[in-house]
Amino acid sequence: MHIAVCIKQVPDTKNVRIDPDTHTLVRQGVESIINPFDLFAVEAALKIKDETQATITVLTMGPPQADEALRDALSRGVDDAVLLSDRAFAGSDTWATSTTLAAAVRKMGDVDVVLCGKQAVDGDTAQVGPEMATFLDMPYATFVKKIEVLDGSALKISRQTDEGVEIWKLPTPCLLTVIKEVGEPRLPSLRHKMRAKKATIPVWGVADLGLAPENVGLSGSFTQVVRVFSPPRRTDRVLIQGPIEEQVEQLFRHLKESKVPGL
Amino acid sequence: MDYFLTEEQQMIQELAAQITKEKIRPVRAELDESEAFPWEIMKVLAQSDLFGLYIPEAYGGMGGGILENCLAIEQLAQGCIGIATTFAASGLGAYPILLFANEAQKQAYLPDIASGKRLAAFGVTESGAGSDVSGIQTTAVRDGDYYILNGTKQWITNGGEAEIYSVLAITDRSKGPRGASFFIVEKGDPGFSFGKKEKKLGIRASATRELVFQDCRVRKDRLIAKEGMGFIVAMKTFDKSRPGIGALGVGLAQGALDISVEYARKRVQFGKPIISFQAIQHKLANMATKTEASRALIYCIARHMDANDAPDASKVAAMCKVFAGDTAMEVATEAVQVLGGYGYMQDYPVEKMMRDAKILQIYEGTNEIQRNIIGQELNKEYSRLKETFF
Amino acid sequence: MKAIVDRQKCTVCGVCTDVCPFGAISLKETFIEISDECTLCGMCVDTCEFGALSLPEVGTGPAEDLASYKGVWVFAEWREGTIHQVSYELLSAGRKLADKRGVKLSAVLLGHRLDQSIQEELVSYGADVVYVVDHPELAHFRDEAYSKAVVELIRQKKPEILLAGATSMGRSFIPRVAALVKTGLTADCTELDISEEGLMLQTRPAFGGNIMATIVCPNRRPQMATVRPKVMRPEKMKDHQGRVERMALPEECFKSRVEVLQVIPEQDQTAKLTEADIIVSGGRGLRKSENFSIIEELAQLIKGAVGASRGAVEEGWIAPSHQVGQTGRTVAPTLYMAVGIAGAIQHVVGMQGSKVIVAVNKDPQAPIFDVATYGVVADLFEFMPAFIRKIKQERGESS
Repeated sequence: MHIAVCIKQVPDTKNVRIDPDTHTLVRQGVESIINPFDLFAVEAALKIKDETQATITVLTMGPPQADEALRDALSRGVDDAVLLSDRAFAGSDTWATSTTLAAAVRKMGDVDVVLCGKQAVDGDTAQVGPEMATFLDMPYATFVKKIEVLDGSALKISRQTDEGVEIWKLPTPCLLTVIKEVGEPRLPSLRHKMRAKKATIPVWGVADLGLAPENVGLSGSFTQVVRVFSPPRRTDRVLIQGPIEEQVEQLFRHLKESKVPGL
Repeated sequence: MDYFLTEEQQMIQELAAQITKEKIRPVRAELDESEAFPWEIMKVLAQSDLFGLYIPEAYGGMGGGILENCLAIEQLAQGCIGIATTFAASGLGAYPILLFANEAQKQAYLPDIASGKRLAAFGVTESGAGSDVSGIQTTAVRDGDYYILNGTKQWITNGGEAEIYSVLAITDRSKGPRGASFFIVEKGDPGFSFGKKEKKLGIRASATRELVFQDCRVRKDRLIAKEGMGFIVAMKTFDKSRPGIGALGVGLAQGALDISVEYARKRVQFGKPIISFQAIQHKLANMATKTEASRALIYCIARHMDANDAPDASKVAAMCKVFAGDTAMEVATEAVQVLGGYGYMQDYPVEKMMRDAKILQIYEGTNEIQRNIIGQELNKEYSRLKETFF
Repeated sequence: MKAIVDRQKCTVCGVCTDVCPFGAISLKETFIEISDECTLCGMCVDTCEFGALSLPEVGTGPAEDLASYKGVWVFAEWREGTIHQVSYELLSAGRKLADKRGVKLSAVLLGHRLDQSIQEELVSYGADVVYVVDHPELAHFRDEAYSKAVVELIRQKKPEILLAGATSMGRSFIPRVAALVKTGLTADCTELDISEEGLMLQTRPAFGGNIMATIVCPNRRPQMATVRPKVMRPEKMKDHQGRVERMALPEECFKSRVEVLQVIPEQDQTAKLTEADIIVSGGRGLRKSENFSIIEELAQLIKGAVGASRGAVEEGWIAPSHQVGQTGRTVAPTLYMAVGIAGAIQHVVGMQGSKVIVAVNKDPQAPIFDVATYGVVADLFEFMPAFIRKIKQERGESS
């Protein structure tokens, strides 16, 4: 079984802060990490590999520095990595990103399962997985919390929805987007870390993927950002201090006045 | 500080530091409180290949030496020396096999120890034999193809949790120090059981138990080397393991220093961060200097021992333990002082570090015994010199 | 490709160099230079007071006959015989967009054995037309069948805008619809409007809610967006009239390669976070498992769901299905009470859309107070029992 895992390098949102004067995002000095949901996808793939001798290829689309994210995945036990990097990819929306990733999976040829994180923590769109599956004409399941390989050609999965849990059976090849419950990501091992350091990671550009430059990056995108701004800050903040009984009275009164339900 | 570590050595540091940050720090206070054995973290360490750092590749290890092992131990100790001791004690139990066992024994035990599949432990201390190892009472009597062990080992780190035990027993009392021998005993061997888990001042995440042998029958192929080699095996094992105790000290001291400096920069009294006061600066300066000196000593000695069949191994290994162990105790105590009342409360990890540090001056030979060794070795060394100095 | 500088307008003030997250803009003596590090994120464009920066145009692809697409559609999310609340919210939001555009508002209803009353309900929230596809294969949600059916409807009727709830269903199959009809899609919007040029302005949070971005889809149709539940206000239109149109689609549309083996509804009602109007959440400040009962007691009293911070879940005090935040659920109830939660960014991104946020924490420096409408600086073990008593007492008096 060949598993392709798509990952994204994102700024560590734990450290992202807003400049109090300009109200813009300060990203300088913010470390890049693998999108946490994508680490769950890596872990899900490694779990399948623990049991079934699968090979795992991890891929990412990004600037040359995204190479670090791939080596991190290799150090955790992933077999191979591919970097999709080309100036032409800049400015991709989810459509163009999915087109590019799907082309890479197609080029790999023999992929049985594509795993993605539920969403990226910087964009939060959750669209790349399903769109990719569509371009690859694969069935897919989102918000997957458990994966069971039935035989060479089918998976049984559990997915978490707002209403509960659903158990589905999907034929391979298929695509899954996973959530935290698939398992805590394992840490690197020294052997894999050493291998990752030395690994040569192929870089595929537009030409390697057989894509036309006008179909990728900004020119291959259908959506356009017209404005970026800081969210309006709450101006209605009230800090309640003092003796407990007074605090209780105050909060109760405020909540009554704001007409919240339940009281 | 650039210690000219190789790329691989830096990777070991990086990996162990990541384990400390992501896995150890979040649970250390809880494990200290509950005294639960850190199996979760042992699993992480096993999967990380760190258990095999000092074991040759032929036995499934990473083919490194004392320095590599010390680098990992130091990083883990920055988080919790209870956990780091558990890790290091497996190495202590493995060294008799690694250094003196025959090929078949090595093949049987080292790969599992290297992969972390099975933990090892070292059983020498008894109620009447602490600093004076010659006082041991546990016996092993040959009976055909078997040895029969009787006696009780005390305060054995990883006791009850480990599966492989290197145990020292008297095979011939009449021969005195030359009548002791090392055996490999496995958890589950008939007649081998464990006493209660000890309650300790510190390193409470580590497990300390009695090993009880009541007509414990083991096959004769469990004997390490030959009968009578026991004390030599023990001595050579300590030479290899004592720099690791030093590394525990360096890690603990660094961990306490990190918290102290961060705290001193944030804590405001008299309108200023307390780091601006000379009384605090001097404390921190001493802590930092001694920590760095310990690290330099240990890296240097570990390198020396890895590169040479060092004739002065016993002396320099004892120096590692004594200097870094005393430093750790001092730095941890000062850290509590820097944090003042907060340091004494369990809200900050330094009180735990202070409780933990004390063991470094006691186990694997008290620091008094280490000084004896250094003194005796100096005496021997100078007796061979033809030169005079005054 | 990188951001474009209009050197006529640029005053070399240097503001953009500071805001660029990638350090791609450098200040030269008489001009600014943009390096290959530029990712076209657009941060600089918005910052420039002089309008000197712009992004290159997005691709047009093959020319679309944009004018032939008319009308606003709302996907009505039907599950187990009921319509998800978000669909009513979207009808009300869609009504405003449709009125601005001077077009009709339609609801798309897929399912099996659909009740007449449901269609009437959709009309009462402003739908002019309800397109109904009733088929046994639509009884259970599956991405493939649902997306193919919607795609077929789009091909036949050509709407200019399609909205769906950013629920687990909407966020799962709507991307497939967008991919199949080759159009842009904006996820999890919190604000919708129509621009002067008649484009849908889709505003959404990004970077964990730290910035907002307004997005358009200029050259493809329909313009598609999923919208965060509980953000738009549902408004009933009493006398509104609409018609129902039953659509028969080719059988091919209902084929799916996925087999639904089992559907297990969430048993724990207090874990239904995304639908809850009130959520009471607990964090590490509760210190131990038993203390979580304080949270549960209040939640039960005010009929809320029980949430938790990642810390509390990791301690094993409560099941992961209760987790709010980046790796848990994103919620936006009317009232969110964070008790003993410090307010790490990972938690805040999951709840900052709530209308009223109450934080109870003894540390006045806790970051949770930055987002709280009402910040109570108190020991939760003293405050919570007193607050619970107060509610009970008020009820006793009023009943």
